[in-house]
Amino acid sequence: MYAPDLLLTMYRKMVLARRFEEKAGQAYGQKKIQGFCHLYIGQEAVAVGVNEALKPTDWVMTGYRDHVHPLIRGADAGMLMAELFGRDGGYSKGKGGSMHFFDIEHGFYGGYGIVGGQIPLAAGMAFASKYRNDDRVTVCSFGDAAANQGAMHETFNMAAKWKLPVLYIVENNKYGMGTDISRVSAEPDIHKRANAWRMRGEGVDGMDVLKVYDTAKALIEWIRAGNGPVLLEAYTYRFRGHSMSDAATYRTKEEVEQEKQRDPITTLRGYVVKHKVATDAQLDAIDEEEKAVVDQALAFADQSPEPPLEDVYTHHLVEPGEEDEKPRARVRGATDVKWPQFPTQFDVTWELEPRTDAAQQKKGAA
Amino acid sequence: MAEIAYREALNQALAEEMARDPRVFLMGEEVARYNGAYKVSQGLLDRFGSARVVDAPISELGFAGIGVGAAMVGLRPVIEMMTWNFAILAMDQIVNNAAKLRHMSGGQLRCPIVFRGPGGAGGRLSSQHSQALEANYVHFPGLKVLAPGTPADAKGLLKSAIRDENPVIFIEAELLYGTRGEVPDGEHVVPIGLADVKRQGGDVTIITWSRMLTACVLPAADALAAQGVHAEVIDLRSLRPFDTEAIAASVKKTNRVVIVEEGWGFAGVGAHLADFIQRELFDDLDAPVLRVHGLDVNMAYAANLERVTQPSVERITQAVQQVLYR
Repeated sequence: MYAPDLLLTMYRKMVLARRFEEKAGQAYGQKKIQGFCHLYIGQEAVAVGVNEALKPTDWVMTGYRDHVHPLIRGADAGMLMAELFGRDGGYSKGKGGSMHFFDIEHGFYGGYGIVGGQIPLAAGMAFASKYRNDDRVTVCSFGDAAANQGAMHETFNMAAKWKLPVLYIVENNKYGMGTDISRVSAEPDIHKRANAWRMRGEGVDGMDVLKVYDTAKALIEWIRAGNGPVLLEAYTYRFRGHSMSDAATYRTKEEVEQEKQRDPITTLRGYVVKHKVATDAQLDAIDEEEKAVVDQALAFADQSPEPPLEDVYTHHLVEPGEEDEKPRARVRGATDVKWPQFPTQFDVTWELEPRTDAAQQKKGAA
Repeated sequence: MAEIAYREALNQALAEEMARDPRVFLMGEEVARYNGAYKVSQGLLDRFGSARVVDAPISELGFAGIGVGAAMVGLRPVIEMMTWNFAILAMDQIVNNAAKLRHMSGGQLRCPIVFRGPGGAGGRLSSQHSQALEANYVHFPGLKVLAPGTPADAKGLLKSAIRDENPVIFIEAELLYGTRGEVPDGEHVVPIGLADVKRQGGDVTIITWSRMLTACVLPAADALAAQGVHAEVIDLRSLRPFDTEAIAASVKKTNRVVIVEEGWGFAGVGAHLADFIQRELFDDLDAPVLRVHGLDVNMAYAANLERVTQPSVERITQAVQQVLYR
């Protein structure tokens, strides 16, 4: 049995994610948001289930379908919406947009627009954790299509060999843009490829937030204990097209309708009511509260000014003495922003490749 | 002042920076147990251990990205590319991530990382292993690009690169590793963005960087001096940012410019310098800016073809005579 707080938190976050993305879709239709915009609708159980198994000090990153991962870690919904609107009140002052959300305060290290480009970065962050001997776990999501990038192979080889504390989550929504993953993959069950790097690989029903949570929790503990990286494949589905401009003609209406029967929010709601954790009325109240959060986010984004023109020249290089931007302090005047402080003097005790190995290998070679 | 080889100067810079700052680590192919493909990292594994001097598999894209990720969270990686030809495989991580993280995050993240390794011709290595690729990197906002031509500059600039808060492309030269030169004793740091006048002269300004300095520009200046032409040689050292003031001061004095570049001319670094000079110093010019650069061809293995592809003393002196209308 799950703690009532946990169940209701996951429910609340999935509803927040759904309402946020629906609102973003509407705003896109009104041309308030332009460019590429990839919605997470249908996949909420993956990000939420994993996140509830993490510590606030852990690190998270993903590809360009990145609105929800920071939102459910505590990012300011209004500032995320303002970033989508290309406004000064956005986390990146409107420089990143939909594909490049960053909220360092909440350990969200980015949305990346080149398929699979974040996979090596996560290993590098995990390398730093091991190098400084902290107990952080880095979680890196990517889509099924990214699994066919060379960056994944190169990174998994090193991450496994060096036992880096990183959890890779392939959010398998079956399609890389319009291409069914099985059409272009010799092994479409991506987690099975982990064997090739002697890496732990598992699959999970990504439409069931409780299964995602249970699996992620066990894997994260295993990683934190120093056992090395894991590839978790969450079988999920996006109810919308790849991006706002995608009519999704490559899949049938029947398929989409069938998948919608597995809506992760409906499933969790059924579980919560069945186990009498909350009543329908109480859940309806949560729905209303989160809808209000998103309405406020939209109003904030609408009112946020465009960035000043001189900003076109800032944030390309760090000038001498230049501090990092702390978005919530800048935009909201927050005084409680916690920013990562990394040590500058410490002992590196990690033996990445102990010398005894070398002696043995030399003997073997001779 | 001690006379040491270019590779030893780089080795000193790495060892000194790693000793003063535990956040600095070196990763690349053959850097640890092999002591470096060009012996730049000689002895560093024994001194600093296997977490700070890391033998990576042949996965340039992967370990470049691992370096970027480590830099995002407070380490200061030095990523060795066995040559810059191989770094083409890592362009995505260098260009799409390292150069853009500060921007995409709206100033939340910084990426203090050095990508370093040899560029340019190595001697009879044919087309895939002989490229001078600095023009590829100066193109991108968000990167700094350095190309030292002497042991002293190699040491001083590498130390600055490691201490910089930004991604730095540090292009060494395969054919310079064994060349010797005087390096100041003790702490020696060369600031990024400053050129160095390697030879004074009043008749013509020759702008160059990296191996061309000693391979053909200074010898050409000697040959010209014998003919009574006094060339001023500016070693740019830092290609992005570059020292506009040093160029302006020299051009105002000589009124004539030749730019010498090992790489190709088409959209080369020299093209941008020529653009800057004609735009900002038009009234100071007595002749069009001329460029001497690698021929617009792929590099051949044959010795004579390799030789003719590269800038030479003869081509430089001819260009100088031309800007002097002789």
